[in-house]
Amino acid sequence: MAGIPLTTPLREADLRPLRAGDWVSLSGTVFGVRDATLMRICDRGVAPPVDLRGAVLLHTAPNVRRVGDRYEPISVGTTTSTRMNRFTAPLLERHGVRAVVGKGGLLEDSVEAMRAHGAVYLTIVGGAAAWETQHVEAIEAVYWEDLMPECLWQFRVRDLGPLLVSIDSHGESLYARVRDDARRRLQGLLGGGA
Amino acid sequence: MGHEPVGPRASPDAAVAGTAFYDAVEAAAAALYLRALVDVPPDVREALRQAYERERHSVSRQLLGIILRNIEIADERRTLVCQDTGTPIYYLRAGTGLYLDGARVADALRRGTERATREHSLRSSVCHPVTRENPQTNTGYRIPAIHWEFAAGADYLEVLCVPKGSGSESMTFLRMLPPADGVAGIRRAVLESAVEAGANPCPPCIVGVGIGGTADQCVALAKRASVRRLGTRNPDPEVAALEGELLEAVNRLGIGPQGLGGDTTALGVHVEHAYTHITHNPVAVNMQCWRGLRATGRVRADGRTEIET
Ligand code: SF4
Repeated sequence: MAGIPLTTPLREADLRPLRAGDWVSLSGTVFGVRDATLMRICDRGVAPPVDLRGAVLLHTAPNVRRVGDRYEPISVGTTTSTRMNRFTAPLLERHGVRAVVGKGGLLEDSVEAMRAHGAVYLTIVGGAAAWETQHVEAIEAVYWEDLMPECLWQFRVRDLGPLLVSIDSHGESLYARVRDDARRRLQGLLGGGA
Repeated sequence: MGHEPVGPRASPDAAVAGTAFYDAVEAAAAALYLRALVDVPPDVREALRQAYERERHSVSRQLLGIILRNIEIADERRTLVCQDTGTPIYYLRAGTGLYLDGARVADALRRGTERATREHSLRSSVCHPVTRENPQTNTGYRIPAIHWEFAAGADYLEVLCVPKGSGSESMTFLRMLPPADGVAGIRRAVLESAVEAGANPCPPCIVGVGIGGTADQCVALAKRASVRRLGTRNPDPEVAALEGELLEAVNRLGIGPQGLGGDTTALGVHVEHAYTHITHNPVAVNMQCWRGLRATGRVRADGRTEIET
């Protein structure tokens, strides 16, 4: 299953038709960001060195090899999105980001921001970096190298997927659904056996 | 395991570790650190395959399929399974048939970690907790973390390397429960921790549970439990029974692979325990992600080294 193909930059019209549970694959440019990068943009108000309108962000800090004045990817994987949740709404509102690729999911306020701004959260399998790296064609540019390895990375990807639409632009989150269900089951298990 | 008296004297005919030994410890640390990142232990592979076969939800099956494919790619290309190079931890079992200098061993482990980082362009995942400065070596003050245990009569140093990933390590929980909460309290603590952890530690996980001891011991036991081989049981039959019960209960939560629902939330639940104070019953939970990050080797006095495959 390859999923619905999407090419960057993304437009609202590409994303509104997607529903939680759909599979997609991405080609084009994906920007790698992480705690230090996002703190610089959102907390210190430093303007990002690239235009993030229609952009796809990937929560990552890769393993790379320096070759001359370039970097080659060794292992590009994905880190837990949840701890960077609070950056999501400002990135969508102020910078026009359209999709976040991550693992672990985002919380209610981000689900709401995605609904309001027409953006989606795409799950990539956490820990599956060997697989993910195969879809990275090149590191096109690296900004803010002082934050190594948490720089702003510009990757060129081809058919990165299948990625699961786990938060869509209509307020549906598979994470919230599973969490609520787990809480209900927990009550059953504690009531029954405790 | 777990029941030998600690600290028997080194035997009078113990072998004395020389330079070759410390060089070999450095080489073993470098090799084990890399191995733990590029290889998935056989018991974990098997458990993931079984989870894939068993899974009834199509989305979760697809996610487990990508995990299995990822392991194949890492094997073919000898590349990192996951990008997180972790916080390096070494669990040591020093045989009493070996005279060694602990400070030199610690130094060799640090040098081995730095060597692997340099030689394989590993990402440095370690930084100062206040300044956040990253030395780019995967080492720093008190890192690698080192734990010592002792093995009566053995003539080798056993080294278990665990480069602990942050997604799973961040999902660590400790409760100092009162005795009256009993086994039900332990069960509640484990299940609530699993729900709280949710999708974050890259399930399916190996859930490590520590029971008893002091607060710091309890968390260390939970971590130790999470790196035990799948299929091993706690030697105390009461505790082993609890492991089985907890596994079944955790998997009934339906959190599933990657926290997106499904049949397998945990590949195993392992419990390590210690006697504790009469006034409390500490319970800790520490998660190990599906990666099962670990590699083991043994180094002898003359430097001969075996790496477990
Ligand atoms: S939790 Fe484990 S598998 Fe997931 S990203 Fe971290 S180290 Fe990798």
